[in-house]
Amino acid sequence: MDPSVSKKVDKIEFGLMSPKFIKEMASAKIVTPELYDKEGYPVDGGLMDVRLGVIDPGLKCKTCGCKLKECPGHFGYIELARPVIHIKFVNVILDLLRCICRGCGNILIPNDKIRKHGAELEKIGQEFGVDEQRKKIKEIIAALKTITKCPHCKEKQMKIRIEKPTTFLEDEKRLSPIEVRSRLERIKREHLPFFGINPKSAQPEWMVLTVLPIPPVTMRPSITLETGERSEDDLTHKLGDIVRINQRLFENINAGAPEIIIEDLWDLLQYHITTFFDNAVAQLPPARHRSGQPLKTITARIKSKEGRIRHNLAGKRTNFSARTVISPDPMLNINEVGVPLVMAMKLTVPERITEWNIEYLKEFVKRGSKEYPGANYIIRPDGRRKKITDETKEQLLEELQPGFIVERHLMDGDISVFNRQPSLHRMSMMCHRVKVLPGLTLRLNPAVCAPYNADFDGDEMNLHIPQTEEARSEAEILMEVQTQLISPRYGLSIIGCNQDAITGNYILTKYLDLPREEAVDLLVAAGVEDFSKLPNKHVVSGKEIFAVLLPNDFNFRGYARHYKEGVDDPDAIVEIKDGKLITGVLDKNNLGHGSGLLLRNLHKQYGAARMVDMLGKIYRLGIEVLLRHGFTMTISDIDLKPEVQEEVKRLLEEADNDVNRMIQEYHEGTLELLPGRDLRETLELRILERLNKTRNDTGELVAKNADKDSHTLIMIDSGAKGNLLNLAQMSACVGQQALRGGRIRRGYEDRTLSCFKKGDLGAASRGFIKHGFKNGLEPYELFFMAMTGRDSLMDTALRTPKSGYLYRRLANAMQDFKVEYDFTVRDAGKRIVQFAYGEDGVDVSKSEGGKINVGHIIRTT
Amino acid sequence: MKRELIEFKDKLPPKLLEDLERELLDKASGSKIKKIAEKIHAEYRGSLAEPGEAVGLVTAESIGEPGTQMTLNTFHFAGVSEMNVTTGLPRLIEILDARKVISTNMMEIYLKKPYSQGKDIRQIAEGLKETRFKEYIKEININVAETKMRIELDDKKLKDRGMTSTKIARILKKSLKGFDVRIDKDNSIRIKTSGEEALNMIYRLKEKIKDIYVNGVKGITQVLPVKREEEYVIVTAGSNLKDVLKLDFIDAQRTTTNNINEIEKLFGIEAVREAIVREIIKVLKDQGINIDVRHILLVADAMTMSGKVLGVSRYGIVKEKPSVLARASFETPIRHVINASMVGEIDELNSVIENVMINQPVPLGTGLPGLITKIKEEKGAKKKK
Repeated sequence: MDPSVSKKVDKIEFGLMSPKFIKEMASAKIVTPELYDKEGYPVDGGLMDVRLGVIDPGLKCKTCGCKLKECPGHFGYIELARPVIHIKFVNVILDLLRCICRGCGNILIPNDKIRKHGAELEKIGQEFGVDEQRKKIKEIIAALKTITKCPHCKEKQMKIRIEKPTTFLEDEKRLSPIEVRSRLERIKREHLPFFGINPKSAQPEWMVLTVLPIPPVTMRPSITLETGERSEDDLTHKLGDIVRINQRLFENINAGAPEIIIEDLWDLLQYHITTFFDNAVAQLPPARHRSGQPLKTITARIKSKEGRIRHNLAGKRTNFSARTVISPDPMLNINEVGVPLVMAMKLTVPERITEWNIEYLKEFVKRGSKEYPGANYIIRPDGRRKKITDETKEQLLEELQPGFIVERHLMDGDISVFNRQPSLHRMSMMCHRVKVLPGLTLRLNPAVCAPYNADFDGDEMNLHIPQTEEARSEAEILMEVQTQLISPRYGLSIIGCNQDAITGNYILTKYLDLPREEAVDLLVAAGVEDFSKLPNKHVVSGKEIFAVLLPNDFNFRGYARHYKEGVDDPDAIVEIKDGKLITGVLDKNNLGHGSGLLLRNLHKQYGAARMVDMLGKIYRLGIEVLLRHGFTMTISDIDLKPEVQEEVKRLLEEADNDVNRMIQEYHEGTLELLPGRDLRETLELRILERLNKTRNDTGELVAKNADKDSHTLIMIDSGAKGNLLNLAQMSACVGQQALRGGRIRRGYEDRTLSCFKKGDLGAASRGFIKHGFKNGLEPYELFFMAMTGRDSLMDTALRTPKSGYLYRRLANAMQDFKVEYDFTVRDAGKRIVQFAYGEDGVDVSKSEGGKINVGHIIRTT
Repeated sequence: MKRELIEFKDKLPPKLLEDLERELLDKASGSKIKKIAEKIHAEYRGSLAEPGEAVGLVTAESIGEPGTQMTLNTFHFAGVSEMNVTTGLPRLIEILDARKVISTNMMEIYLKKPYSQGKDIRQIAEGLKETRFKEYIKEININVAETKMRIELDDKKLKDRGMTSTKIARILKKSLKGFDVRIDKDNSIRIKTSGEEALNMIYRLKEKIKDIYVNGVKGITQVLPVKREEEYVIVTAGSNLKDVLKLDFIDAQRTTTNNINEIEKLFGIEAVREAIVREIIKVLKDQGINIDVRHILLVADAMTMSGKVLGVSRYGIVKEKPSVLARASFETPIRHVINASMVGEIDELNSVIENVMINQPVPLGTGLPGLITKIKEEKGAKKKK
């Protein structure tokens, strides 16, 4: 490969192929429908002619002399006995026929008006596209009333109609493709631009085929079945039909067969060529295999998600990648990925031998492919790959010299790109450092679950190893985890502590006082080695332990989750002065992802690399605390005191009474109407409102009486997992099940379930669940629950493809908008979208929540 | 503006200057202000999006990714439990598609001072509602023998809407030309038909008059006065901004509709851009999704940059792309290729997807800059690296 070529393809021009071009391009003329002779060798002039390329190993292409996989294939052609209309151009042909004179071929606009309308048409063509332009030209002609008589030669014009798919009728008399073609030929070249046709790239008569190009065999390879039988590609089948009918048509014409037979064959030829291009034309029966399944012809090959464009051209496949189940390992750094040894011995990194590393690389070759860390292949400067095996090892070792490339096993510290589908944002593909580990799963620090949206219930992820120096440095500089900390969506950290790590740090900073020895032990486990910050006391507080992780000059002020304005609670205000945690407990607000203000500030002040390091330590510290402290959740956390149970019961009874009273008022018609609603709707809304209030009341009651030091509450308070609603649903009352924005009303006639009376509008019969999960639900309550559960399941199932399509459309529409060197945002055609990105030019991922923190700068200056 | 800040007027965006002035108060001295401003300027320069940054794709990701988190539940209460409005993903799709007809039209009508205080707010609101004749009808009696129809009116309703039977009769007369419309003494209306098919006519007429438009603003089907902070706002279902703005008691500056198409017709493209931004923000806020405005601005700009509203679809933005392959890779590839071949289009390979297709670096980010070096030929050495 010549490295000086930076861009090989400069532009692609589109156009129609003229018959002459097709013949020039072709390397063989196809004359027989037979494929192989008796020996199984391709027939000359057949569809598998060796001049069209090779698909069998060992054979050489007669045109270019290349072997299989080297020969790109060559086109052939057949001479059609009679012209045939190209199905994809029928609409254009119809438009053209209708707009030109049947006698002289002139456009049906008088000469003196042609210039004026020409300019008009051109403008429309540029603004709305070709389709609109053709529509407009018809309108002009209709408006000029020349549609019945040619303004040039005064010839009377007939009405031209199309009988789909490919038959043109003039005044109910059939126009043969020959006639169509000769009319199209008569159109003046200078008139073509009015129809949006560029005479340089397309002539209308080429839309009627006289010569059909035969695609190369490489495009339609046959496969050999186990039985030794050959199975041909769908296209070959179709082409065989075309050639056969074409030959018969030739023979019949030459033999002077009656017109009707020729017409029939001609129509048949038209059918075969039409289905060759598109086998899903509405008016035609699709051509089928003997088994009855429709043939996949050219249109079907290109179209849709599985077609050539989206599947093969826009979608690429890659080598040097791996995929397996993931599992968590908090002892890894955040920017590391644990790679199983077996993978590391299959995935390789190419290293070029120089004078300086030859000895180092020889060691790898010496160890070979079966010993880690070894090497699997060497690549000679001429590009030949050699596998390293026990037999070849000695010889290869001698051969090695600068310029060779050794593909050595993956080792600790190598660059890799880690990905989880669906890759919805750029943080779904990040660069991690390899850490080779025993075991069979890929491992990652649970703190990076959030950007990947990964969990460990069987998720699989992909690993890619960049193979060139450029790719590696790009991955490292642009994609490594620490460069992706701040989401470009909202400018806050998307990586942060979660679950246990939050709980651990919460407990540490809120409750714990530890003997110095234990504190040191804890910090060592978290990966800290410098204890100079730990106060020299026998007992140190959790806040002091946490502060060891912070830089000495760090100042920060933030609020914990339970901060309420006006309430004096030192724990609610997180105050860090000179790297010391003065007051406050650390919870999700400051450590979690999405909020993580403490993390955001650390990132701002000390840079990504240090923040990642600190985050790793904070994470491990949290986990180690839980490990030592012990953390669990018990059923008794959910228990309510008897008096609280009574209170809940009373609340529910009250609600029930209120609902019943409302229903009574409804029946009496005394219920006060809500504006714009009828009586029934008013009742539903009022009941819903009342029952929701009850659920909230019980929730508050439970929250008030819950044991603040229970582990369940710690999880809730720290924001690690769960909320008060969950707790209330477990211990007191699940609440109203809503379906389609209201209470449950579907089911039997006038009732939801057969265990209720007809017309019962009460709370219980319409989906209010008054028990808690712990005490268990009534059967009908469970049924209501299942209803809403199913509903939300459906919602998710329907939403995913919808939002996926929206995303695809957005991405497709905006993918080529970029910031130019003059800081304007422009599209691929260099049209300006914005004069400054986001009106101020600020990159969200470099901002703090989309803003530049003026206050902070003022305070620090 | 402070003297020291003037030199930064062109260097910093207005929002930053505003923040700066507010935060500074009056405490800082001149030299300090300058120092601060310089620091902010440096910070601002540092956080600019770099040339080559694929901001469009980042925007698509930022809006597309949380799409999976949105609800599909079409109806939701828009602050008031009585009114249902499309929200969530379906509404977002609707906005981005730039649909001409949207599923739930809605207006927020602000009122001028004396009216907005709540006095007679019900009446004002009801007066906006489009009313057809059938709503005023209490009873219709048809006299078959005389081919006459006697319509009794609903007095209470008339009073509520400030209508009188004379006014109604006048409206009926106007829209029923050629028929004999009269008011009886008891305020009922009498219509007589004549001619050959008089009997048939009268039955047809009975149905016809029910749909005659009487008063209110056409298109507004439901009204609801809502108290917002210190004033009353009328929220309506159905929208007709053009006619509402003609009313003299409304505050035209704040009254809005959620129908983007209507705004385009009335105020033009810049207003549409603003409306798109607002509507998207409304949806996202309702769903509790945090997306930076810059992304929404970029989408809105992309939809409106050509001077007309284009949807994010194959008929809109994608159609306007200069590259054949880019269009073909989205939807309906064959049509695009066929048309391109007739027009003789040339794909210059300037955007992303075509370069992916032909295995070349994409012109974004690190694929953008090219390096030009003069290769010095060493004397005697012919080795090529």
